[in-house]
Amino acid sequence: MRAVITVIGHDTVGIIAKTSAVLSRHNVNILDITQSVLGDIFAMVMFADISACSVPFRDLQNELEALGTEIGVQISAVHEEIFNAMHTV
Amino acid sequence: MINTGDILETIKMIREEHLDIRTITMGISLRDCAAEDMNRLCTRIYDKITKTAEHLVRTGEDIERDFGIPIINKRISVTPIAIVADACGARDYTPIAQTLDRAAAVTGVNFIGGFSALVHKGFTPGDRALIDSIPEALASTERVCSSVNVATTKAGINMDAVALMGGVIKKAAYLTRDRDSIGPAKLVVFANVPEDNPFMAGAFHGVGEPDCAINVGVSGPGVVRSAIARAGDCSLAELSEIIKRTAFKITRVGQLVANEASARLGVPFGIVDLSLAPTPEVGDSVAHILEEMGLACCGGPGTTAALAMLNDAVKKGGVMASSQVGGLSGAFIPVSEDAGMIDAVRAGVLHLDKLEAMTAVCSVGLDMIAIPGDTSEETICAIIADEISIGVANNKTTACRLIPAYGCKVGDEVEFGGLLGSAPVMEVGRTSPARFIARGGRIPAPIHSLRN
Repeated sequence: MRAVITVIGHDTVGIIAKTSAVLSRHNVNILDITQSVLGDIFAMVMFADISACSVPFRDLQNELEALGTEIGVQISAVHEEIFNAMHTV
Repeated sequence: MINTGDILETIKMIREEHLDIRTITMGISLRDCAAEDMNRLCTRIYDKITKTAEHLVRTGEDIERDFGIPIINKRISVTPIAIVADACGARDYTPIAQTLDRAAAVTGVNFIGGFSALVHKGFTPGDRALIDSIPEALASTERVCSSVNVATTKAGINMDAVALMGGVIKKAAYLTRDRDSIGPAKLVVFANVPEDNPFMAGAFHGVGEPDCAINVGVSGPGVVRSAIARAGDCSLAELSEIIKRTAFKITRVGQLVANEASARLGVPFGIVDLSLAPTPEVGDSVAHILEEMGLACCGGPGTTAALAMLNDAVKKGGVMASSQVGGLSGAFIPVSEDAGMIDAVRAGVLHLDKLEAMTAVCSVGLDMIAIPGDTSEETICAIIADEISIGVANNKTTACRLIPAYGCKVGDEVEFGGLLGSAPVMEVGRTSPARFIARGGRIPAPIHSLRN
């Protein structure tokens, strides 16, 4: 099962490193990362395989959100299906 | 793989444009609960609802979290109580409404619909008992919603039922006068009522439905408005395409949520209702869509045309996104629940007559409209008859949810709170329809009902 993790906010040092560290700690494999910086707004989209995640998805979401609050960006993790449903026929 | 732009668009829709699933409604049949004794009937109803819907709210919350999409309401609809209770012989059905209220509280849903009767051709004793019990039932419960279907295109209009509803609505308003007459805000009078509608206050679980079903109502006026704003000065045909594409995306999320809820609860999927349902929140208004389309104010000239196009495009876009479409499916125009409608009434631009015209081209009807508390019963009946006629003649659903706010005059405001919003009291015609209403009987079905 795949999740999409998005990070949106002001660009600062270490956003990707800190997010990846949380994923790595819970055995979540990153499949793809794209990022763009428009002015000082940072937007990163990460596809990750959560099938072998060592904690319930809810806990992973909470931890990522807490990290977002700590470093001043919005981080959300959701199942990939919502994007497939909305953007593919 | 989905591209980044699409992902960020979805996130923007949810975070900034109020995209949400308006309701997951579990329809539950109570036909197996009939009993000759009122206490036994109430016990069976309570047990069936609380057992069947035990996991509804938690499942809704789990889906919300997993997919990052807010699901605003989790609700229950049940078989029309007049059918379930006919055998018990009681004259007062208020205890059943109170049972539904307790079952709703225990399961955690915010509304339960189905304190209802289908009387488009006539009354059974149970139908009469239910209608007579509505005012007290609504006054003594918080979550129970009621509806009465008084007409269909096939059967015509039961004007005896219409003639009763004016009194029922006024009594419901009087009994809840200490709460801004909120009683009739939970009561809908219908023509051609759908049996799988997930939206309140008119939801019930129809007699042709399975034992249990999951119906989902989508929303998203803010998303449609933003898409129109981004399009700039394009033609109406181009605008229609933009609305269709947006409605497709919104509805696909509804279908996803419906499939998930159905699978996780082990309950068959019923329908997705393709509706644009506003809320009183800023940025979630159908009136503001019409204004973004180019009207200076909702209610002015051009409103009916703009609404007709919007309604049509929403359905065309949504229908391909869902495997089963049903319910009301169309743009809603509840005055008290739409910030733009409220402003248009306050500005003196939107009147009852224009609202009536608008209901000919969208769902559902004269919805959440506060009228002066001293409006006569006959006048309320006649407003209902007018609105119901539009539905019968046009082979569509129409409805009335009128609130004669006790002690209030034109220009006063009533406050219902939450999703029900607040309503400026609107002016109604003052000439008397009393002789017309007193005639009673049935208005025959229109000639185009003979389609076989």
